[in-house]
Amino acid sequence: MIVDKNGSPLNAAENLNPDTRHGMILYVEDVSVSFDGFKALNDLNLYIGDGELRCLIGANGAGKTTLMDVITGKTRPDTGKVSFGQQIDLLELDECEIARAGIGRKFQKPTVFEALTVFENIELSLKGDKGIITSLFHKLSGEQKDKIDEVLQTIGLIAEQHYPAGRLSHGQKQWLEIGMLLAAEPRLLLVDEPVTGMTTQETERTAELLTSLAGKHSVVVVEHDMAFVRSIARKVTVLHQGTVLAEGSMDEVQANKDVREVYLGEEH
Amino acid sequence: MKNLLNSPIVKKMSSLHFVIAVLFISTLYVSICNLVFPEGSALHVSNYTVSLLGKYLCYALLALAVDLVWGYCGILSLGHGAFFALGGYAMGMYLMRQIGDRGVYGNPELPDFMVFLNWTELPWYWAGSDNALVMILLVFAGPGLLAFIFGTLAFRSRVSGVYLSIMTQAMTYALLLSFFRNEMGFGGNNGLTDFKEIFGFSLQSPDTKLALFIATAVFLAIGYAVSHFIVNSKMGRVVTAIRDAENRVRFVGYKPEHYKVWIFVVSAILAGVAGALYVPQVGIINPGEFSPLNSIEIVIWVAIGGRGTLYGALIGAIVVSYAKTRFTAIMPEAWLFGLGGLFVLVTLLLPKGIAGIVINFMDKMDSSNEKQASKLADEATIAETK
Repeated sequence: MIVDKNGSPLNAAENLNPDTRHGMILYVEDVSVSFDGFKALNDLNLYIGDGELRCLIGANGAGKTTLMDVITGKTRPDTGKVSFGQQIDLLELDECEIARAGIGRKFQKPTVFEALTVFENIELSLKGDKGIITSLFHKLSGEQKDKIDEVLQTIGLIAEQHYPAGRLSHGQKQWLEIGMLLAAEPRLLLVDEPVTGMTTQETERTAELLTSLAGKHSVVVVEHDMAFVRSIARKVTVLHQGTVLAEGSMDEVQANKDVREVYLGEEH
Repeated sequence: MKNLLNSPIVKKMSSLHFVIAVLFISTLYVSICNLVFPEGSALHVSNYTVSLLGKYLCYALLALAVDLVWGYCGILSLGHGAFFALGGYAMGMYLMRQIGDRGVYGNPELPDFMVFLNWTELPWYWAGSDNALVMILLVFAGPGLLAFIFGTLAFRSRVSGVYLSIMTQAMTYALLLSFFRNEMGFGGNNGLTDFKEIFGFSLQSPDTKLALFIATAVFLAIGYAVSHFIVNSKMGRVVTAIRDAENRVRFVGYKPEHYKVWIFVVSAILAGVAGALYVPQVGIINPGEFSPLNSIEIVIWVAIGGRGTLYGALIGAIVVSYAKTRFTAIMPEAWLFGLGGLFVLVTLLLPKGIAGIVINFMDKMDSSNEKQASKLADEATIAETK
């Protein structure tokens, strides 16, 4: 069941779309998570604008992945509020429901369905009814085929569409996973370290892909590769010990004294 | 046209047709040889062989059930013998009631073992057991319900992998112990036996035996067709996806636990039907069928036949059961070593099982087809450029 921030249930029409009249797609407010006393997130506040492309950076253990886990329902925060648009309270939903509401997530390690073909991977990810009976008697419509083609075009895997996904290269798997997210037509994409292990060329193509997605979707990218972040980001958020340390353009952030101290490890 | 013939859908369809054709032809062959050729003729198939083959086909259906959950969904069930036995007990109850007053104690209402225990009336769960429709319902509902409850509890709590396998073993072991108890009302140690007739036909008659064999073949064909439909639907792809990356499936928006429970229930029902067909052909059902070893043996059949192919499970069950029949006749005490050796050999030499040989052969056919096609295409382009 999907409920609003105050806990009252929403009807189907309302929960189809997050309410973004205030220009924001994601509200993370005062969120804390601790694991055995270790504070992975500490009163964290983060707002993502509708259609924005945001980069999250931070050292290991800064809480980037935990934040992703909280947004996608994998981890429940101890305190705080997380809402999708103004009205959809994400803390009330489980992983599937959050995915259905329109938040897609790419894992750090590319996870695709290796035994299925590239085409089938995209097919399973298409937006639509994910119930058992529907799946049992499902037939692809022309519209859905077009959508799959469009996604394959975007991620450049048309020629490989009938390969088992297990045979793809590492970079291609990353793209396939992004393609699977796109097929679900999410409003918000969370992308965890998309260019790890990619060649320079592949990294460039990924940067192009992600920037082209912004506008139509809101995209949050977690990445260590600073050159990559610089090439795509308009706004960067620096996390440190579970809180937001700085936020702004890449240049502003890099000039920030605190950031230089803790993240870039510079002494003064 | 060639592309069409080589497309994966057509290939998968032909495997269904092939299996059903093989089943049909061999059933027909056995029936004719049993009925037409007199005893002593070289082509005669004895009644004993007919029953034995019927038993193998029950095992094949059971293996099919395990392949559906293990091969496609990655759920290594080491307790499928329990569903098989429950289906068998449902059938056994019906057959017990058909004995009527022909039992040792001549009680028209109560089976012998209940009279022996000084029970005066049927326990409530035996109500309606003399009705064939109730029996059929129980064959489906018994294993199905157990699988639903067990699956819901286990998959909801996200138990998987080796922990789940151990739980399935515990489940079948618990049932083994409870069915051993006389107070359970299922004949305790001795189980249910001494059956006289089924649907009014004598179980001793060769015709009934042949009919049961044919019925088993038909149910195996239906079970195969249903499984084939499931694994080739989008549902089947979701299930395969769960096997390979359950978390990804969840983040795509499917509920893996619902799919797992569903496929587990379907599989349990197939196993139950196999058990129900097995009991009239062997003439007994006792708690030994719940033994954890039995369930492990099923998994070995599937591993040897090749998991995740459906037909591999059938081949594995039949080949291993035949080997067992042969082996135990020569050296009964060596059979477990034989089975273990077979398992090790197949794992080492044929990681995809016997079905792997078939797949390799098909691939070779394909690549030679492709080579031929590309050769033709090359020739065509050469001709064009000229």
